[in-house]
Amino acid sequence: MINWLRRNKSAQGTLLISPTLVFMIGLLIIPLILTLIISFGKRSADGNVIYSFGLHNYIRLLGVSYNCSAGQTVCYDPIYTQILWRSLTLAFNSTVVVILLAYPLAYFIARSHPSRRNTYLFLVLVPLWTNFVIRVYAWMMLLRTQGLINSALAWVADLFGRPFTPLEMLYTPGAVLIGMVYEFLPFMILPIYTSLEKIDGSLYEAAADLGANAVRTFLRVTLPLSAPGMVAGTVLVFIPVMGAFVVSDLLGGKQVILVGNLIQRQFLDARDPTFGSAASLILMALTLVVMFFYTRKFGFGEEIAIT
Amino acid sequence: MTDEFAVEMQDVVKRFTTPEGGILAAVNHVTMQIRDGEFFSLLGPSGCGKTTSLRMIAGFELPTEGKILIHGKDVSQIAPFQRPVNTVFQQYALFPHMTVEQNIGFGLEMKGVSKVERSARVSEALEMVRLPGMEMRKPKQLSGGQQQRIALARALVNKPEVLLLDEPLGALDLKLRKEMQLELKSLQREVGITFIYVTHDQEEALTMSDRIAVMSKGVALQVDKPEAIYERPATKFVADFIGETNFLDGVVRGQTGSTVEVDLPGTGTVYIESSRTFANGQQTTVAVRPEKMTLNREISGGNSLTGRVEEVIYIGTDTHYGVRFAGSHKARVREQNVTQGQKALASIGDEAIVSFTRTSPRLLTE
Repeated sequence: MINWLRRNKSAQGTLLISPTLVFMIGLLIIPLILTLIISFGKRSADGNVIYSFGLHNYIRLLGVSYNCSAGQTVCYDPIYTQILWRSLTLAFNSTVVVILLAYPLAYFIARSHPSRRNTYLFLVLVPLWTNFVIRVYAWMMLLRTQGLINSALAWVADLFGRPFTPLEMLYTPGAVLIGMVYEFLPFMILPIYTSLEKIDGSLYEAAADLGANAVRTFLRVTLPLSAPGMVAGTVLVFIPVMGAFVVSDLLGGKQVILVGNLIQRQFLDARDPTFGSAASLILMALTLVVMFFYTRKFGFGEEIAIT
Repeated sequence: MTDEFAVEMQDVVKRFTTPEGGILAAVNHVTMQIRDGEFFSLLGPSGCGKTTSLRMIAGFELPTEGKILIHGKDVSQIAPFQRPVNTVFQQYALFPHMTVEQNIGFGLEMKGVSKVERSARVSEALEMVRLPGMEMRKPKQLSGGQQQRIALARALVNKPEVLLLDEPLGALDLKLRKEMQLELKSLQREVGITFIYVTHDQEEALTMSDRIAVMSKGVALQVDKPEAIYERPATKFVADFIGETNFLDGVVRGQTGSTVEVDLPGTGTVYIESSRTFANGQQTTVAVRPEKMTLNREISGGNSLTGRVEEVIYIGTDTHYGVRFAGSHKARVREQNVTQGQKALASIGDEAIVSFTRTSPRLLTE
């Protein structure tokens, strides 16, 4: 058996991938097919699935409504397209803000003394040791009307004898953005750091030697050579934000409903798995389309600079 | 501070803090003048301060003390991108994300040279390093030797006042290295730009340079033409580092005019011509190159010492004889194998006479 395996390269390969293959078929491919089948079905009165074939769930998601005001049988209801658009823009904005925050920090770590780098990377990862939901609750403590930030501001206002109306921060789109940025920051810092750290120091010297000042060296050498890190980070941030629902649930309340929340509610509150399945597949399709065009243009971030 | 010097280092000191917290003078009071248009080498073992000196001229390191002048202008505290010099790096440091054309054109682009002129000058530079038509390649797609030439073109295309080369041939194999040495030398003659070349390879320095500075422990021991460095080394270190030298320690017993009488305790007495004046009883070292000694062929008016052959090594062009003398002195004699089927001049264990003229040795005191 062992000898047969030693000689047979393709059997080796099959054996090596089979655990993952079984896992992926059982827990990804089959559920996906089931989701697709369910999405074509109808909801029964008691919340079960009636298997049939119809595109009504998708039509509803695209905004075609039959519950219209008097005189109309079909009208446009933007609620779901708005939710999709909101998720897309939030994912985009979160990614941009995360890059803007992560890049300088990654740059700082990559340029710091090698003996200190591990300490800094360790500090970046420390928040991940605490349960994520608890950390989001901490943000609620900070942002709510009676929260730490408002209390501090009230105290300062009182000091100057000014009246103070507490800021409405919790349950706003801004709060959701902060939560997303906070959650996904480490996933951008690490890949950018990795690509920056790999840049040969003599390239900076070569740029300076050829007449480039610090700004031009950054724009022409550092930035392009660290782009693979940003691309990899973007994939790691954009996709999870598209599907996130805990942050928006806790920090956005009823104000900020994302596709993730829509799907969650269809399965739990509204008890309409058929519509929830359709929404899940639309979310997947949307993410795939965005990532397809993105990776077509920038790659997957695997071409880390070789010098 | 005349302009005939391309680069002047005036009493330059560079101190570093070591990781252990100590202070290390990588360059310790170095003064030298590099003439306009010359091929100048900084030669020495690793850690001698040659690379640090070059990096200070490039501007990557600032001197702790002293001044660096380029064509009479003090650049000691000026940033690298404002200096009229360009560098060829040891590992080439080509930008991996740029094409050959973008790499070579980078310096011109930074200077604001128009795209049209840039591309003309890039092709010209590629012609010069004999790699025409390589514009669209990426560095990764080139061999080590080709990358080396691109790095050279990238520096030369800017027509720098001084070109700095930091062991640029170190990563190439021996054959390519030898080729590139000659090519670099003729290229330098062609463009007329001052080259400052860092190397630890003495043969390379001798082959290419107009003048060489031999450095050790942060100090420039001797700055001179290759022949002078080889024929008239100033110190034992230089004599030992450049080529091979026999050192015979002795004591001065007298001097008549330019002839110095040196006693090699236990081995014999030799007479050496020297322009220097020695005191009686002064310790000195007689330094003689192996090829300037003969075995069993006495030289009239020369010195002869008797010893025993310990070693005979045949290396093709030459045969080397290791001879031990009565005192604790040893010498290696190199005899050329001139005639076909020449027999060895002595075998191991034979008594042999080692001779050399009065003018070929150097008397060294440090």
